[in-house]
Amino acid sequence: MTPAIVCRGLEKHYGDVKAVDGLDLEVAAGECFGLLGPNGAGKTTTIEILEGLTAPDAGEVVILGRRWGSHERELRERLGISLQESRLTEKLTVAETLVLFRSFYLRGRDPEQLMADMSLEEKRDARVGKLSGGQRQRLAVACALAGDPELLFLDEPTTGLDPQSRLQLWERIAAYKQAGRSVLLTTHYMEEAERLCDRVAVVDHGRIIAQGTPAELIAGLKAPHIIEFSTEPRVEDDFLSRIPGIGERRQRDGRWLLAAASLAQAVPALLAALDGAGAKLLSLSTHRATLEDVFIALTGRELRDE
Amino acid sequence: MSDRRHPLATLTKMRLLEFVREPEALFWVFAFPVLMALVLGFAFRDRPPDPVPVGVVSGPSAAELTQALGRSGAVKPSAYPSLAEGLEALRTGKIALLVEETAGLGLTYHFDRTRPDARIARLEVDDAVQRSRGRGDPSPARDALVHEKGSRYIDFLLPGILGLNLMGTGIWGIGFAIVNARLKKTLKLMVATPMRKSDYLLAQMLSRFVFFVLEVIVILAFGVAAFQVPVRGSFALLALITVLGALCFGGIGLLVAARARTLEAANGLMNLVMVPMWLFSGVFFSSERFPKAAQPFIQALPLTALNNALRAVMLEGRALPAIAVELVILGAWALVAFAVALKIFRWQ
Repeated sequence: MTPAIVCRGLEKHYGDVKAVDGLDLEVAAGECFGLLGPNGAGKTTTIEILEGLTAPDAGEVVILGRRWGSHERELRERLGISLQESRLTEKLTVAETLVLFRSFYLRGRDPEQLMADMSLEEKRDARVGKLSGGQRQRLAVACALAGDPELLFLDEPTTGLDPQSRLQLWERIAAYKQAGRSVLLTTHYMEEAERLCDRVAVVDHGRIIAQGTPAELIAGLKAPHIIEFSTEPRVEDDFLSRIPGIGERRQRDGRWLLAAASLAQAVPALLAALDGAGAKLLSLSTHRATLEDVFIALTGRELRDE
Repeated sequence: MSDRRHPLATLTKMRLLEFVREPEALFWVFAFPVLMALVLGFAFRDRPPDPVPVGVVSGPSAAELTQALGRSGAVKPSAYPSLAEGLEALRTGKIALLVEETAGLGLTYHFDRTRPDARIARLEVDDAVQRSRGRGDPSPARDALVHEKGSRYIDFLLPGILGLNLMGTGIWGIGFAIVNARLKKTLKLMVATPMRKSDYLLAQMLSRFVFFVLEVIVILAFGVAAFQVPVRGSFALLALITVLGALCFGGIGLLVAARARTLEAANGLMNLVMVPMWLFSGVFFSSERFPKAAQPFIQALPLTALNNALRAVMLEGRALPAIAVELVILGAWALVAFAVALKIFRWQ
């Protein structure tokens, strides 16, 4: 089957800044692919190049077997695009907005059906200006689905949403994917990527630094376990660095998070060391590493600034 | 598919809905020009001249003089107890002329010859006094007052307001809507769909056309009903001029909004385009009053052409050949503005 997206050697500069720096990507048909990375990593520039909205300085892009230069109209009919920070006309109602977007496509889905799918029927006649953040975001995705696309682009679809709205949107995207369609989404929420994506690529400084299924990426870590604990008094980094079997160390909310290759080796060593130093253990838990830990291991930085 | 509507029709309808749901916009388009015509129409309406205030110095004949002057209607007499007080009133402009009658010297008129109302007062006062004292006219005369509709200020003004409004609706209405859509990235979202770009721009124009038509009808109807402004030429020709004017200013609106990224930038450009036309294009007074050297420039402005054509048809009842030049100017502006706007339009 023709891959949904193929791009090679993508580059885009804004003045001296290299927003995209030699990026290669292949997304198979029917796959949900996630571009992960912090703000400013080049995710939005990359997705807008793939969407045909920004011209790359170098590299080639093939979408659904077609190129933007020669088949723009056909591609526009077959894609659904939801942009970051774009606002729909506030004076129109939900139903009117969907009728408008539906009118742009030769083939597509019935606006009433779209409203039902996105749980917007109750807001049918409400003006866009009166919707909550979650409702607006669902409407934006509904607009992207108006042409019943084969490939859906979502640029940070759940940024700024409350957990419940996020969950609701995830269900909708998962349902769309179930129908065998392809999705490319950008996000800086690891949980979103783990829930929705078949494969993910970690983007930093305009290039892909790792890609694979979430499980592969996690398994690829030298230390796939995380030990989380707190003590009284607190212990220093220097102290922990001398304990055998402990890898990456970081602190969050007064607790230490330590990466370890083997729990059977690291936990007893840690407990013995703490005991020897006279530090009293307040809490201790372990979990499997997440994509968040993958990102930190790859870049040495937290994914989100906040 | 059956659930698909025509994109151009849908875009136009949604743009109309959006506009109707903006009460401020409705005010500026419909109520404002009518209010302006109303205020100016009343300020410059035809009415008999106000009586000129004059003074009468106290004396034996003062009461008789005051009565005679009061009867004339052209002057409004008031009494002053002394010559000094009367002259003081004259100096400060409270009265235009002071009448003094002294035994032996007869009547004395104190007035400033450089003031036109004082000279009129001199004629009216002398006429009233002499008639009341028995002067007859050797040859009888009567006044036949001419009151031609179509030559009043309101007749001149109304076509100007029509032109002004077509310009404002075209440039503001289209310009701000587009810059706003670009700013909120609504434009970008739409060009990410298969929507035809020409459909979007056409819909902006078409939705405006509906308002252009309503606007022209409202303003014309108001002028005819409230001030009996004449429409001597054909309505079809008037409609043709309006359509061309709307196309022209719609095109200029697109051009002004073609690249602006902020409302401030767009606003500055709009003022740059519109202020010269407010001043030079004969909205409130004839553009012929500007120096001859400036006339080629002024006559080439689209609003001048529009106003001249509207006045020629409404007030003079001219036919198509008489306004062909104006129509060509409007058409040329429309074409050039459209072509350039489409060429340089910034969609994101």
